[in-house]
Amino acid sequence: MSFWRNAKVLGIAAQVVVILLVIAILAFFGDNLIYNFQLRGLSFGFDFLQDSASFPIGTSLIDYDPSNSYLRAIIVGLLNSLIVMVVGIIVATILGVAIGIGRLSDNWLVKQIATVYIEIFRNTPLLLQLFFWYSIFLQLPTSKDPIVIPGSIFLSNQGLFFPWPAFDPVTWLALTLIILSIISAPILWRRRKLAIELTKSSPDNLPLRDRKEQLTILLITAIAVPLIVFFVLDWQFPNFDRDLGLIAGGANLSLEITTLIFGLAIYTGAFIAEVVRAGITSVSKGQWEAARSLGLKANLVMQLIIFPQALRVMIPPLTSEYLNLAKNSSLATAIGYPDIYSISFNISEQTGRSLEILLIVMASYLSVNLIISVAMNLFNKQVQIKER
Amino acid sequence: MTVIDTQPPKANLNPLNWLKKNLFNNWYNTILTIISLLFIVWIFYSFINWAIPPAECLTKDNAPRICANYADWNAVTENMRLFFVGYYPEELLWRTWASFKIIVALSGFSWGIFSASSTLFNRATIIVLSVLGASYLTILFSVGFESQQYLVATLFIFAITTLIGKKLGTNLPDLKLWLPLVWFFNFFLVLWLLQGGLFLESVGLDNLSGIILTFLAAIVSIVLCFPFGILLALGRQSHLPIIRWLSTIYIEIIRGLPLIGILFMAQVMLPLVLPPDLRLSRVVRAIAGFTIFASAYLAENVRGGLQSVPRGQSEAAKALGLNGPLVLALIVLPQALRAVIPSIVGQFISLFKDTSLLAIVGLVDLLGISQSILLGNPEYNGRSVEIYLFVGFIYWICCYSMSLASRNLEK
Amino acid sequence: MKKIKLLTKYSSLLLIIGVLTFLGACRSRETQSTNSPSTVQTNNSRLNIIKERGKLICGVSGKLPGFSFVNQNGEYSGLDVDICRAVAAALFDDPTKVEFRNVSIQERFNALKTGEIDLLSRNATWTLSRDTDVGLEFAPVVFYDGQGMMVAKDSGISKLEDLRGRTICVKTGTTTLQNLADKMRKIDVAYTPLAIGDEDQLYNAFLQGRCQAITSDRSQLVGRRSNFPDPEDSVILDLILSKEPLAPAVVPGDPQWIDAVRWTVFALIQAEEFEITSENLGSFASTTDPTIKRFLGQEGSLGKNMGLTNDFAARIVKHVGNYGEIYDRNIGKPFDLDRNLNQTWSDGGLLYSPPFR
Repeated sequence: MSFWRNAKVLGIAAQVVVILLVIAILAFFGDNLIYNFQLRGLSFGFDFLQDSASFPIGTSLIDYDPSNSYLRAIIVGLLNSLIVMVVGIIVATILGVAIGIGRLSDNWLVKQIATVYIEIFRNTPLLLQLFFWYSIFLQLPTSKDPIVIPGSIFLSNQGLFFPWPAFDPVTWLALTLIILSIISAPILWRRRKLAIELTKSSPDNLPLRDRKEQLTILLITAIAVPLIVFFVLDWQFPNFDRDLGLIAGGANLSLEITTLIFGLAIYTGAFIAEVVRAGITSVSKGQWEAARSLGLKANLVMQLIIFPQALRVMIPPLTSEYLNLAKNSSLATAIGYPDIYSISFNISEQTGRSLEILLIVMASYLSVNLIISVAMNLFNKQVQIKER
Repeated sequence: MTVIDTQPPKANLNPLNWLKKNLFNNWYNTILTIISLLFIVWIFYSFINWAIPPAECLTKDNAPRICANYADWNAVTENMRLFFVGYYPEELLWRTWASFKIIVALSGFSWGIFSASSTLFNRATIIVLSVLGASYLTILFSVGFESQQYLVATLFIFAITTLIGKKLGTNLPDLKLWLPLVWFFNFFLVLWLLQGGLFLESVGLDNLSGIILTFLAAIVSIVLCFPFGILLALGRQSHLPIIRWLSTIYIEIIRGLPLIGILFMAQVMLPLVLPPDLRLSRVVRAIAGFTIFASAYLAENVRGGLQSVPRGQSEAAKALGLNGPLVLALIVLPQALRAVIPSIVGQFISLFKDTSLLAIVGLVDLLGISQSILLGNPEYNGRSVEIYLFVGFIYWICCYSMSLASRNLEK
Repeated sequence: MKKIKLLTKYSSLLLIIGVLTFLGACRSRETQSTNSPSTVQTNNSRLNIIKERGKLICGVSGKLPGFSFVNQNGEYSGLDVDICRAVAAALFDDPTKVEFRNVSIQERFNALKTGEIDLLSRNATWTLSRDTDVGLEFAPVVFYDGQGMMVAKDSGISKLEDLRGRTICVKTGTTTLQNLADKMRKIDVAYTPLAIGDEDQLYNAFLQGRCQAITSDRSQLVGRRSNFPDPEDSVILDLILSKEPLAPAVVPGDPQWIDAVRWTVFALIQAEEFEITSENLGSFASTTDPTIKRFLGQEGSLGKNMGLTNDFAARIVKHVGNYGEIYDRNIGKPFDLDRNLNQTWSDGGLLYSPPFR
């Protein structure tokens, strides 16, 4: 065999060529970059992050004022982005699952509505949808004359104002209690179920002491949580000053974040619905028929037989929809919500450090995406069939 | 052995039975049906109530204040030119018409040739044509008389070229194979017509706006991302580690970034990493951004296709004595690409939608022009719903007919 | 086999096309590189690049009535636009030899630094950090502005303290945002900023009542208000948050080009001081005043030494008029805005041209 037809040699040669090519391209870019930086009197470095930002940010989860550093401003933006991503993913999933199941409903009308919904929102650009929703929401009444919903909730084109607990030690304590009880309730419930299974009998045959103890704990938490929520927490109610046309106090969801989450959820929901539909139809019909013939009710078949199996098929495409939602949240900049992208580019504008800022933004998005992928992979491992 | 007809017996589908079966078969379906009906009626009622203004609102001047609650479709019809050709110089508009007619003629021709061996109308084409035709008619009735004439003439051109295509296609079956090349040259012809230069007064790439820009950006990036995407997919599948790593790194990084960031990078960074004397226009930079972005996604789609081609195929081809590149080009790739046509079309659709981001980086595409009409002109301020609905309709027509076509291709 | 044949046919054709386009590209790059800054050291001013290109590329906003506004037919008008035209007139004796590019707030400085535009005439505020950190070189101020605040007439807001708890619309990436922050910190008033990058959207948010006040340069507020459906419903508060000297900018390190821009602006101002207008320019052909003779290039070689023609000032005045004419045409008449600081020094304003000597 001739030297040149040796696959190994050819392979190595190809790799060497590719590496040289990539290095050449990178060197070309790098050389130009350095030259252009010199030509324009630019410099590179991240020390500017310590300087005072000196611009205000409308929405912030942590304390921020213009005297804080650029770094803190970027963190504020990152948190703002994260909250949109998290809430958006939750809402989009609920919506998507509902629409996806509606698409397979045996009710003709529901099926048609779901289909129309999917076809409309999947086939128009997200940015257009965001602009559309924003322009619709802007036509809500102004803050002079908001829509008042009982329970001190005000809706206007400033956003939604609603009661919110003040952040004092009592609140923190109460919150910890609530979270603890929310976590413990399912654990207790599972232990109870396990105990029932072990005794292979109905709950009534359990030793009376166990039964009582567990039920009391569950009952106490069930009563305590609402009590804490309503009475112990120091609720701050928004109030409306009609003379000034000003709503103050409580918490508020600004119009921009509402639009963004709403638009992202509606758009991504349409895609998730298709994922759900494909997942459910991928489960063979025999499964459904077998379960029905065992006498399970339709909703139980869905819950116990079909959905768990569909989930395995759904998770990879679902992950990519979640990633898309996370990335699409950067469109916040178009409607004036201060997410990481818009804050970073404001900084880049102020300081002229476009390269550094670009690197920071990209690193943030890459790490957020990595986190979502890893989390979904873990979840995927959980639901996959455990082969023994 | 006799063939047993496994088809279930046809249900007796009189309307009442149908209703009973599909809408009211049990109590919660009945409730669902009623709720859905109410929902649909409510949507339709409020939409029609809004969309068809009372007579006193149809006069242009001194409309009463109540008219603000109704639609004013003038905001759409009066700006038709802006939506389609943007700020294209008025005296050069014939060039946009010429381009449009050339494209339509060639589409008709291609359709004729492709259906030479079969009938012109089958289920797929009828569905796609009716969707396109309905929108064509909508636009036809909302433009001025002059444009109407052009549009009707274009319809005739379409019909005639289709027939010519059909005739030629029957006589010269090889013509089909040369069509891509014709389209390839046609692209440059249209680009030249629109952009100018070389005997024509120059308009400049950066001055294209409206739907022209949307289509230009979408088509060029779709075409350009194809070779890169395939190369990256092959690279990622390669058994050579370095090539595989490099492709994987590229694909994963790009897929982790938001498109708007990549577009901005293309606008800001590209000039910084290129020699100072090489100055790309903004449209070209945006297209570069789209291509960088889309090729990573396309690579993932193509990779799925490559994985679906059984190894035996390439081994058999090699055994026949074909060399590596030929095996790829003739045996593996065609099968791989055919397997992933739906997802590739899906990706083209999303790329088409993504061109709306041009509006954020300062280029005036279809969405950008609607924004500037809406917000820059006091007369149309507050007519956002009408304008966004119209623009959304255009996007929807394009995307939906693409997805319809791909779904029928699958069958 | 047939397939292979077709494939080879196709690939050879594509190859030929590829080679042809490559050759074409090479040629066009060659012609470009003759006037590129990197290859020709002695001739590396942008001034020469523009002259050889035959037109000026000017970055403007396109969305600011009075400064730069592009109408539905794609025609530009405004003070910023006229500055560009004046430079083009000085260079080519033809004010139409200028290509306008709309640049957004986000990309304006980058467009300049990347060389996409020759001149940024997009009412940018001249600040120290933009001179140093951002790296721009500013020409003389063409408009002395101040940051103002506009509110709805029936809002009852009359001073900054009234804005406590309100939402204020402001543009991102501008000094306006920082000025607002500084001022409100000083008087300790809590407010919510709504920062949007796109001007159209920003003013729309104000119109729809999303924010109770909008802050920007006063001239912009005036210009924008004139474009509102009901201009009378909004008032501009009688307060100034900051100094906003608006000036054209170029890339630093190019003395020849900045000089050309600088003295074009000065020529506009000087022409008004001399009371030379586009209409009476002809009557100065036989002037005996040596300073005017020098200014109009009838004597001396002021323009030549700068890389322009001697009569560059006369060209400017002939085609676009003097500063006063530009102001009246774009801002004074349409918006009824007093010139205040934007008068020549002899009338009590701040416009002052160094002598043409």
